[in-house]
Amino acid sequence: MVSKLINNKIFTLLKVQYSNMLEYRIEIALWAISGVIPFFMLNIWTNNNLNESINISDIMLSRYFLCAFFVRQFSVVWVVFSFEEDSLMGKVSPYLIQPLNPFIRYFAQHLAEQITRLPFALIIAFFFFVFNPESLWIPNLGILFLSTISTFLSFLIQFLIQSIVACLCFWTEKASSIERLLFIPTLFLSGLLAPVASFPEYVKSWIYFTPFPYLIDFPANLLSGNKTNIIGGLSIQIIWILLLFPVFRKIWSAGTKKYTAMGS
Amino acid sequence: MNPRKYLKVYINFLHTSLASELEYKANILVDLITAVLSLIGSIFLLSIFFQSNGNIGGWKFEQALIIQGIYTILNGITNTWFNPNLTEIVKHVREGTLDFVLLKPIDSQFFISLKKINPSGFLEIMLGFFLLIYCTKINQINLNASFLTLSLITLLCSICILYSLWFFISTTTIWFVKTWNATEVLRSFLYIGRFPLNSFSFSLRIFFSVFIPIAFITTIPSEVFLGISQFWKILLEFAVAMVFLFSSRKFWLYALKFYTSASS
Repeated sequence: MVSKLINNKIFTLLKVQYSNMLEYRIEIALWAISGVIPFFMLNIWTNNNLNESINISDIMLSRYFLCAFFVRQFSVVWVVFSFEEDSLMGKVSPYLIQPLNPFIRYFAQHLAEQITRLPFALIIAFFFFVFNPESLWIPNLGILFLSTISTFLSFLIQFLIQSIVACLCFWTEKASSIERLLFIPTLFLSGLLAPVASFPEYVKSWIYFTPFPYLIDFPANLLSGNKTNIIGGLSIQIIWILLLFPVFRKIWSAGTKKYTAMGS
Repeated sequence: MNPRKYLKVYINFLHTSLASELEYKANILVDLITAVLSLIGSIFLLSIFFQSNGNIGGWKFEQALIIQGIYTILNGITNTWFNPNLTEIVKHVREGTLDFVLLKPIDSQFFISLKKINPSGFLEIMLGFFLLIYCTKINQINLNASFLTLSLITLLCSICILYSLWFFISTTTIWFVKTWNATEVLRSFLYIGRFPLNSFSFSLRIFFSVFIPIAFITTIPSEVFLGISQFWKILLEFAVAMVFLFSSRKFWLYALKFYTSASS
């Protein structure tokens, strides 16, 4: 009974948000296009034969960057920006009265956006294969399944981190600048611009203790068929989620106690 | 056009927007850290490219640093002036407040482009200049008057092109209402400006010099800085900058004819 109710809620939320997102499909198409940086990076790598030094062939590297593009497309999170706006505008107050954590609403928003984004990402991938026909490959179902899971886990990690940052809105008015700060290491260390395998030793020695390589590098390696430790990667992703979730719960309950609506 | 009146108005703009930005002091500090980390990140990425190769697209590491310096300056200018102002156009059009701008006895492009200022971009501009000074040392460039004026002219042309690109995209808001993400697409394309144009394949090089003249924005000023630029390139950059400035102005005036205010 209870579980049915929850399912119903999530289903309705998803449906509402999906139709909402379809309204803004052009906007989402533009978002998808703005994620093409990995392809430019690939161009630098292959055009200068930089991949010889890291022992990854041209084809594997182009698959890696295509997968990095895909993983990024389905793990983009912007909850802090939505929450900041809602909290500044005082929209959080009505949400708090409802018997539903507002972050579930944002979560549904993100999932709905990903569904809307899928066709655009596929179109971009199609063009990628038109220009690079030799890198075409079909991953087997097991790998596809596992990498979908690890992409989703990567999305969850980023969603939790950003939700924790978003909760700082209860204390400061501009939490999004903290997010912009966190985005810099995400950009350079996650493997979006260069595979972690190419990093110098002094970075590789500590980077695997941070969540960054598990955001893009690990799922992209998994999907593209490059060498990676599947079980290790997945379990570390889960460990990060298990570590971050209690932090979010704590900061959320502390924040809502602190919350005062505008004008009080 | 009365220059003294515009100067007076601009000083008032500066005063009000600095006052409002300085309300968020912690925010400025976070932005400063972001700027420093961002520069470290891109030099790190560049060092990965150079770890096995002596040069990329004919550029040595020391020379490629100049491009980073110029990119950092331009990015700082974008963050100080273009980004806070031109993303505001979207809001003006969506909420109909562009009416108030148009009713003022002052040029609307002037008002919209210079109303706000974000002081945290200043550090980025300074960082860029420091990097350039360091580059003159490691590249043994001797500074003289003609060199400095030429560099300054090309840099100013780059700023004009960059401004026009931003302004072009923001102007399309009048038809599409929500072009928030179009500026995001531009931002991700501009990212290419961190690398020498020659490091890309031929087709991308054409794309980035004809359709989106990112090549002109950072590569030509860097070549001038190194003293390896041909004279015709500088002339071409000047011509492109003028064409862009002029046409973006015309485009704005044309677009305003289609402005119908919100909900009408």
